[in-house]
Amino acid sequence: MAAQDVNMRVWRGDASGGGFKDYRIAAGEGMVVLDVIHAIQAQQANDLAVRWNCKAGKCGSCSAEINGKPRLMCMTRMNTFQPGETITVSPIKTFPIIRDLVTDVSYNYEKARQVPAFKPKPKEADGTRRMFQEDIDRVQEFHKCIECFLCQDVCHVIRDHNDNKKAFAGPRIFVRLAALEMHPLDANDRIDLIKEKAGIGYCNITKCCTEVCPEHIHITDNAIIPLKERVADRYYDPIAKLLGLFSQKNK
Amino acid sequence: MSDKTLTLNQFRTLRKDAWWKEPLLVVVVLGGFAIYATWAAFQNAHYYVAPYLSPFYSPCLAENCDHLTLPLVGSWWNLSPAFLILWVPGGFRATCYYYRKAYYRSFFLSPPACAVRDAAKNYSGESRFPFLLQNLHRYFFYLSIVILVFLWWDAILAFRFPEGFGMGVGTIVLIVNAFLLTLFSLSCNSCRHISGGYLNSFHSAPLRYKFWSFVSRLNLRHMEYAWVSLIWVALTDLYVRLLSMGVIHDLRFF
Repeated sequence: MAAQDVNMRVWRGDASGGGFKDYRIAAGEGMVVLDVIHAIQAQQANDLAVRWNCKAGKCGSCSAEINGKPRLMCMTRMNTFQPGETITVSPIKTFPIIRDLVTDVSYNYEKARQVPAFKPKPKEADGTRRMFQEDIDRVQEFHKCIECFLCQDVCHVIRDHNDNKKAFAGPRIFVRLAALEMHPLDANDRIDLIKEKAGIGYCNITKCCTEVCPEHIHITDNAIIPLKERVADRYYDPIAKLLGLFSQKNK
Repeated sequence: MSDKTLTLNQFRTLRKDAWWKEPLLVVVVLGGFAIYATWAAFQNAHYYVAPYLSPFYSPCLAENCDHLTLPLVGSWWNLSPAFLILWVPGGFRATCYYYRKAYYRSFFLSPPACAVRDAAKNYSGESRFPFLLQNLHRYFFYLSIVILVFLWWDAILAFRFPEGFGMGVGTIVLIVNAFLLTLFSLSCNSCRHISGGYLNSFHSAPLRYKFWSFVSRLNLRHMEYAWVSLIWVALTDLYVRLLSMGVIHDLRFF
């Protein structure tokens, strides 16, 4: 099939401001949005800044907002748009713009650094540690995360309220916390941190993080809500506390 | 290039699709249900026609009930007996993790849709009163299970007609109602946690793991169960109400 011209509206600018610039460029069969951005970069705007790496949906580098929806550019096929439609590409909004489509996502790494690392339980009598399949199945899902930070981008707690960034860690970090907190061989206790420093109470479970996850991790149902319930065990359930239900010793 | 002073924060959203449809639908259906349920509770009439009791009035606990389930409240209670129990299913749904998503988006516009700006300038989520009370969801779950037992009892009683054992359309309506509410209750995220989600090692608790796995499978469809059971419970009340008012007649199978 011959290449067809497409209309692209791409955000150009830096921390001081910017605007959308229109490009009309040929897009061949099988192209994804990242291919078209690269074509614009090669043919019409050599100085267009874009972060990318694997082009296979596994590195999490090319996160952007396409027609206003947080997505990976490399996983968004051009044939999913209507012929003649103008496709808007803008940087992920939650983080400070460095230039064009590139943002400063260091907030996520700063929050990740606050999470206490895995601390293995003591070895068993025979000098080994054992894990069973049913125990590892649950946390395996969380390890699919590619750190594209689309969940962080779409989370309105920090997207629309920049001042909450101090008090709230965001969905990506809750996935990390869930992976550690539910790990059968981990001995660290992060419940206080989840409530206080990570600010899980700020999340009102509107599930946008789950909707945008390119790895289809059930972030809300499998990570955030179980963590909220564990916080409730400790802080908001006096009866369970009195009866010793759901406590650490029963785990 | 356009004006250099533009920032992305100036745009409420760059989405081009009809993102407003879902919150609008929720406002119509959930708002409609809330209005109907409130109206039905205030009616204090037409909630029982032998052998069918409306789920809005079950269990009927006041002595002034048309069909007394348990005489827990004396004749001093002269309001509608629905008010004695509706706060339980109402609280269960209001604190339900799925409904929270639905009404935060639709009624609080927080956010109205993904990647669409919040309506409010300040936001503290569920970290402060009154939304801090959402953490009591598990208590409403426990109480809802008690109500559910009575709804199943009502469904069994729906086979007992004044002239003996029988079955009508109303019997099926009440059974389906209890069944859908059971699915909704058991698929609840708090139930999932209580059944075994709090454990780090399933291997040492095989029964709880089985229960957790079962609830986890149900939980995948919690949203669907939430809507279907909500609509059905309103239709069940409407069916009993119309029967009681003589507007329609119950079709008897035997």
